[in-house]
Amino acid sequence: MSPRTARRLGWNAVGIVVFVTMVFPVFWMISTAFKTDDQLNSVTPTWVPTHPTLRHFRDALARPYFWTDVKNSLIVVLVTVLIAMALAFFAAVALSKYRFTGRKLFIVLMIGIQMLPATGLIIPLYVVLARYHEVNALTGVILVYLTFALPFSVWTLRGFIIGIPKDLEEAAMVDGSTRLGAFMRILFPLVAPGLVATSVFAFITSWNEYIWARTLLNDSSKQTITVWLSYFLGTSRSTDWGALMAASTLTAIPVVIFFLLVQRRIAFGLTAGAVRG
Amino acid sequence: MPYLLVAPVVVVMGAILGYPIYNLVRLSLQKYGLTELIQHHGTEVGLHNFGTVLHDQVFWHTLLRTIVFTVANVGLTMVIGTLMALLLVRVSTWVRILLTAGLVLVWSMPPVVAVQVWNWMTNSQNGVLNYVLTELHFGNFFQHNWFVTPFSQLAMVTTLVVWGALPFVAITVYAALSQVPHDLVEAAQIDGARSWRIFRDVTMPVIAPVLLILTSLSILWDFGVFTQAWLLIGPGHIVPSNFLMGIYLYEEGYVRTDFGRGAAISILMLVMVAAMSVVYVRRMLRIGEVE
Repeated sequence: MSPRTARRLGWNAVGIVVFVTMVFPVFWMISTAFKTDDQLNSVTPTWVPTHPTLRHFRDALARPYFWTDVKNSLIVVLVTVLIAMALAFFAAVALSKYRFTGRKLFIVLMIGIQMLPATGLIIPLYVVLARYHEVNALTGVILVYLTFALPFSVWTLRGFIIGIPKDLEEAAMVDGSTRLGAFMRILFPLVAPGLVATSVFAFITSWNEYIWARTLLNDSSKQTITVWLSYFLGTSRSTDWGALMAASTLTAIPVVIFFLLVQRRIAFGLTAGAVRG
Repeated sequence: MPYLLVAPVVVVMGAILGYPIYNLVRLSLQKYGLTELIQHHGTEVGLHNFGTVLHDQVFWHTLLRTIVFTVANVGLTMVIGTLMALLLVRVSTWVRILLTAGLVLVWSMPPVVAVQVWNWMTNSQNGVLNYVLTELHFGNFFQHNWFVTPFSQLAMVTTLVVWGALPFVAITVYAALSQVPHDLVEAAQIDGARSWRIFRDVTMPVIAPVLLILTSLSILWDFGVFTQAWLLIGPGHIVPSNFLMGIYLYEEGYVRTDFGRGAAISILMLVMVAAMSVVYVRRMLRIGEVE
């Protein structure tokens, strides 16, 4: 064996150890969800459930408010994404196709707002929403989610629109269409994948959101799925770990599927241009 | 025309964020508790709220703790993430695909889900962490409780936060590494340069801008950590000795319904974050200007 091959084998071994360590918590969640109670309560862990059971999933689904809160999450997330996309799309067009006074300020605000920690805004938004009786209402949560979904969508969509070749747009203008008209007919289909990717990412952030939902929604029947999951542990000493891991798996599934679809498209948005810049 | 296109976003953001921020400033100058919330009317107290916060020992201790927490988390994330990226370059293709897929899977875990998995893995009765540490002869961790001292609690929060942040850093740095010119590395190798020198003089200059952006993003995120710390330590076990900045603000302002004081803390925190985000925003702005 040449030293080169030996070294590569060594790195591969390290790579596999890192893989196992990183993925273990996810594996452990899924594996736990299928274990029998005996295997769960034993001090010596069972690594792979030999007699998988679906009982924990049934228990989790039968818990009060699971479906109600899934429905709440879906309403909040879908409305947020729809409004964010509709408004952000036009702003993104303006940013990428026009130069105008205040453009720079607008960009700074869009990026800066995304950096603000949610906790820093809880007090003022809570007080304002309480004044307009939007506490404990899904509308209030949707409005708050727009504060981060909008800037994010504007900035990300801008990146997708810039990626479109200028000659395509110009070709349409030669035909005598107005600028916006040309844009709509020719470029909209080209931007569609970007719109999908941005929507999915806004979907994930809103679905995962916790602090706002917990602060603004008090009724069990009005909460979102992440809040439902966070209350699962309760205060009793005998936690139903199997059902908790089954519920966790169920909460993660939609996010994981969506994330795998768009990760490549969006992931570099945050640092895009850093390499070229 | 562009103004018409931007208008909807500006109007909506102004209403849902601009107005509350104006309110934040006003609240911070008022005595505003539950009674005032119901009456929609506060009493002006000037800079009293800021005075009490800045004279509060808990504020300064929390600030210091949060800075140490942030430095530790960002440091670990950046160093381990970069090492993982360098590892990705050195392994065979199939290991790289496997490892990348694993990283993306970890990346996609919702924070609340990750917290619950951590709760289960670290529980003192039959958590797998204690079992593994004992089996690996790190000591006797039988029924060891990780949530007794503030240091240990925040160390557990750190493992959770760093685990969740590593994929983004590793994959982004790996992408930047692919920009490092191959012939330059080979020339350096022929000249007999050691791998550390190649990393410092050839690789580092290329990936430095990416590392800078990732570091400033991580600082902002880790300074504002709330969900992981709040849920992993457990709302019932949150005490001043384990406060992080976000939690201090939440406890003082929202939980105790002292909104005036909470607003003052919010302003102090937002100013600190704004100052820290200057590097990132300027960098992104330059990208926005170029295109």
